[in-house]
Amino acid sequence: MEYGVNERGYYGQFGGAFIPEMLYPNVEELREKYLSIMAEPEFQQELQELLRDYVGRPTPLYHAKRLSERYNTKIYLKREDLNHTGAHKINNTVGQILLAKRLGKKRIIAETGAGQHGVATATVCALAGLECIVYMGKIDTERQRPNVEKMRLLGATVVPVTSGSQTLKDATNEAIRDWINHPEDTHYIIGSVVGPHPYPDMVARFQSVISEEIRKQLLEKEGRELPDYVVACVGGGSNAAGAFYHFLNEPEVKLVAVEAAGLGVDSGHSAATSVLGKTGIIHGSKTLLMQTEDGQITEPYSISAGLDYPGVGPQHAHLAQTGRARFIAITDADAMEALRELSRLEGIIPAIESSHALAALKEINAGPDDVVVLNLSGRGDKDLNTILTYFEQQDGPK
Amino acid sequence: MAQNRLTRLFQEKSGNLLNIYFTAGYPKLEDTVTILEELEAAGADLVEIGMPFSDPLADGPTIQASNMVALENGMSIKTLLQQLEGVRENVTLPIILMGYLNPVMQYGFERFCEDAARVGVDGLILPDLPFAEYEEEYKPILEKHGLSLIFLITPQTSEARIRQIDKLTNSFIYMVSSASTTGSQVQASDSQQAYFSKVKNLGLKNPLLIGFGISDKPSFEMACLSAHGAIIGSAFIKALQQPEEVRQNVRSFLKTLR
Repeated sequence: MEYGVNERGYYGQFGGAFIPEMLYPNVEELREKYLSIMAEPEFQQELQELLRDYVGRPTPLYHAKRLSERYNTKIYLKREDLNHTGAHKINNTVGQILLAKRLGKKRIIAETGAGQHGVATATVCALAGLECIVYMGKIDTERQRPNVEKMRLLGATVVPVTSGSQTLKDATNEAIRDWINHPEDTHYIIGSVVGPHPYPDMVARFQSVISEEIRKQLLEKEGRELPDYVVACVGGGSNAAGAFYHFLNEPEVKLVAVEAAGLGVDSGHSAATSVLGKTGIIHGSKTLLMQTEDGQITEPYSISAGLDYPGVGPQHAHLAQTGRARFIAITDADAMEALRELSRLEGIIPAIESSHALAALKEINAGPDDVVVLNLSGRGDKDLNTILTYFEQQDGPK
Repeated sequence: MAQNRLTRLFQEKSGNLLNIYFTAGYPKLEDTVTILEELEAAGADLVEIGMPFSDPLADGPTIQASNMVALENGMSIKTLLQQLEGVRENVTLPIILMGYLNPVMQYGFERFCEDAARVGVDGLILPDLPFAEYEEEYKPILEKHGLSLIFLITPQTSEARIRQIDKLTNSFIYMVSSASTTGSQVQASDSQQAYFSKVKNLGLKNPLLIGFGISDKPSFEMACLSAHGAIIGSAFIKALQQPEEVRQNVRSFLKTLR
C-alpha cells in the first residue's frame, strides 16, 4: 500500500487540485518547483540552520515517567510545545518562507483559526522582511485577541473576515480569494496539510522533521527506532502528518490520529471528520468533509480552535479509509481532563489540541512493554482563558 | 440535442451577446423562473444560473452574499432542477448552470447531468473541476447528455493551455477580464487590452465571452469590441436588490444595457 502522494497529487482516491483557473498558474508553479527547491543543498542548509538556531530544534523526546506510570506503559512526549512561537506550526512556515523567497515572491498571505499559524507566519515574515497579511475569521479575532496583538506587533496586517461563518474555513476562502487577486507577487502559506496539491505533500515534508527526530532520539534512548504507537491530534492534520511521516511504511508502528468529538460525535456539535464526513471538495482538495446532504459545508465544533476544521488533510482521509491509522474521537470534557492531568503529573501545560491526543492514551490499551510516542504539538499558554472559563463552569468559582 | 441552443446562438449572432448571471433562489426562492422569463423578454442572449454554495472561492462579496441568501431561502440543486421543470415551454434562451463541484458531487454527477439535460439546460460551468479529471472521468458523461462544459481563461493562462481549452470545448470560452474574483471594478488598462487582442488573434474555433468586472453599458460595449459578447453578474445581482418588484428590476437594468 502506498501512503505518500502519487504523481497526480492523490493519496488513494483523495487529494488532487480542484481549483479555478485563476489559481492554476500559482499552484502549478509551486507544483513544478517545490521538490527541486527543497532538494537544493543551500536551501537545506539554510533550513537546517534556522530550525536549529531560530526554532530551537531538535525538540526533546521526553520520557514522561509519572504519566507512564498512570497508564502502565512507556510514554515519550515529543516536545513540539518547546518550539519558538509555542507549537509545531513554525516548522512549516520557516520552510515555506525560504521557498517563497526563492520563488521571488514579495507578499505573503496566510489563514489562521486560533492564531497559532498566523503568529508563526508573521514571525517568519518579520525574519525575512516580507509583507504579511493574515486572514482570520472575525469571530476568531475576538476570541483570540492576544494572538491578533502578537501578529500586529510582528508587523503583520490582520484582516478580520466577515464572510460565511467568520471562522477558519472562511479565513481560508478569503486567503484564496486574495491569491486570485494577486496572481504574481504573492505566496500563500497554508498552515496545514490541506488545500490543492502540492500543499498537503509540501507541508507534510516540512513537518516530517518531527518523525525524523523521533527515530534518532528513540534509537538513543531505547536502542530501537520504531515505537509501538505514535499518537497525534488531527484538525487539518499537520502535526500528525509530521509525526507519522517516517513511520507510514513501518507496519508494526501503530498510528493513532485523534479527532475532536466536541460535545460528542452524535451531538451535532463535533469536529470528528473521519466519522461524520463524506467525500467532497474543500479548499481545492478531495477529502472527507463535513457537509449537508446538499453538499453545503457545515461548521464544525470543538473547544479547541485548532481542531475545528470541517475537512481533514487528504492523506489522513486515505489513512482512515485504508485503516493504516486508527482514528479516535475525544470529547471536550475528556480533553480538558487530560490537560489537567498532564499539568499536574508532569508540570507541562499542553495546548487543548494536544490534550485530545493525551486523552486517547486510555483508549489505545498500550501494554507495559510498549513504547508510545505522543506528539505534544503545542503549549497551553494561548488557551489560558478557555481553560480557566471551562474549569470555573465545571468546578464552580475558586 | 440540447447543445444546439448554444451553437445555434453563436451561428445566428456573431457579436454583442449579452450573458446575464444570477443566483438561483435569489432574492426569493421562487424568483428563478420569473427572472429567466423576464431576461428573455428584455433581450438577454443567454443566461448563467448560479447554484448557490456555502464556500464560493472565486466569487467576490456581492455573489457570496446572494449565495448565502439563496441557501437561507432553501435553494438546492434538487429544488432548482424542480423549478426548471417545464421551463422550456416559455423560455428559449440557452441556459448554463454554474456551480462549484462539491454540491454537484453530492447530488451525483451523472444524475445531475441527466436531470439538467432533461429540463433543458445546455451547458455547465464548474470552475473547480480540473482538466485532467474532466477528460478522464467527466467528459463522457457530459457528452452522453449533450451538455457543453465551458472553461475559463485568465490573463495568466498560457497560450498552450488556451489552445488546449479551445480543443476541449464546443460552445464558448469564458474569458476572465483580469486577475480577480467576481464583481471587482476593473479599470480598462493597456495590459488588459493587450491580453484581449492577444487572445482574439489566436484564431480560436470557439467564440469568446468576457466576464468579471463588466457592470454597465460602457464596460459591456468595450468588452464587445474584443469578444463576441460579455457576461454581467454582480451588477445584475445588485440591480435585483432595488426596491421595485423583481420583474421591474430586471427590465430596468436590461434597459440601461440595450
